[in-house]
Amino acid sequence: MPVDSDHDHEHHEHDGHGHGHGHVHPVNFDPTAAEPDPFEAAPEAGRAYRIGIGGPVGSGKTALTAALCRALGGELNLAVVTNDIYTTEDADFLRKAGVLDPSRIEAVQTGACPHTAIRDDITANLDAVDELEERFPGLDLVIIESGGDNLTAVFSRGLVDSQVFVVDVAGGDKVPRKGGPGVTTADLLVINKVDIAHLVGADMDVMTSDAHRMRGELPVITQSLVNTPDAPAVSDWVRSLLPVGAA
Amino acid sequence: MDSSVTGAGAVSLILADSRFPGGGHVHSGGLEEAVERGLIRDSADLRPFLAGRLRAAGELAAVFAAAAAHAAARGVTPRHWAVLDGELDARTPSAAQREASRAQGRGTARAAKAAWPSPVLRELLAETPRPHHPVILGAITGLSGGRPVDAASAAAYLAVSGPASAAVRLLGLDPLAVNGIVANLSHALDAVAARGAAVAGHDPRDLPAPGAPALDLLAEAHVRHHKEEVRLFAS
Repeated sequence: MPVDSDHDHEHHEHDGHGHGHGHVHPVNFDPTAAEPDPFEAAPEAGRAYRIGIGGPVGSGKTALTAALCRALGGELNLAVVTNDIYTTEDADFLRKAGVLDPSRIEAVQTGACPHTAIRDDITANLDAVDELEERFPGLDLVIIESGGDNLTAVFSRGLVDSQVFVVDVAGGDKVPRKGGPGVTTADLLVINKVDIAHLVGADMDVMTSDAHRMRGELPVITQSLVNTPDAPAVSDWVRSLLPVGAA
Repeated sequence: MDSSVTGAGAVSLILADSRFPGGGHVHSGGLEEAVERGLIRDSADLRPFLAGRLRAAGELAAVFAAAAAHAAARGVTPRHWAVLDGELDARTPSAAQREASRAQGRGTARAAKAAWPSPVLRELLAETPRPHHPVILGAITGLSGGRPVDAASAAAYLAVSGPASAAVRLLGLDPLAVNGIVANLSHALDAVAARGAAVAGHDPRDLPAPGAPALDLLAEAHVRHHKEEVRLFAS
């Protein structure tokens, strides 16, 4: 199944939320700024670009994260933070997949409230990002994968620079129509597992047209990680966000 | 808390609010481990756990929050913050509890840098970049004009409100019943805060050292089990 990457490419050229196009500011050498405040730090200030991957349980967030690690791990200095109510399970999946050095993966405990940990109180995630940045100076990209949650869960802009919301055809082709902040406001909507759409009775025309209708100009990518294991369209979208020269 | 003139009462409310973004919501204060071991199954079990936690971890936090508020109000050398922080280390035998306290302290410090920036806060964090939670909480309170008893009250309340919320999430307890249990601790909370405030001006080395070995053991077991099986909370 081809990906809907044309639509994506139409928009990232002139979108309003792509940070750091070319103007990289110098690193701050002020010795008193030993622990810079993440709330104030702009992406250009020298820290890694942060992308959040959210979406309902089982929609394929971890599989997409693994695919991005495979596709981008060779060209970018990257690390991953996983948030899961089952704690280490997702991190273990990524480690076993062998797509990333295990020391580049941090697992965060969310106190049984995954949406709180990515939105209302992002402390544990900021700590994990800080830890990774200390361990791997010069990180280009940190992917923060949320725990599986509901359609209202979005990442705080204090935590991520851009966010991807992942839904899948098996969740029902009405999901895009139901909206919610994840579907309507995420910087990228990914409709996953399109290879099984015919098996679960999902109408792809309905899903994509609803998604575009709900999201206006924001991009939508349909994909199957069975057909394209390296998620080429999403990888290209990620590349388009990073400051020139990071890759 | 009647410090309406300074607005310090509001600072205590902000610091004690479960919505305060300082990372407190991922800590259960040993409650999760107690639930996993079948020590707490219902509201009736929760009541003595919270009462005991208040008299041990809560009282220790109240003592050091009050001392930090007193220090911030009277003005101390930067070195004092490291001494105070070290004395709390010495009164926290469980490494897991020290780590949980410092994780929340760091989160509170991050929020404080955005909310209450000050030269004293910078000095404190230069001395101890990951301060214990009661130390930074008390310092913020004192710098904002709050009294030691305000800081002690917030610290004591947080010592029971976090585990109470965790019990609702982990056991599906009736939140109205759990809130009633916390409310029933009001007099005990006030007494703990008053005792903390009474020693706030003491030399840090002379501060009391209340503790509960059971909580120390639960904290250690929690971290150990997290490496083998699922734990939803960081402590």
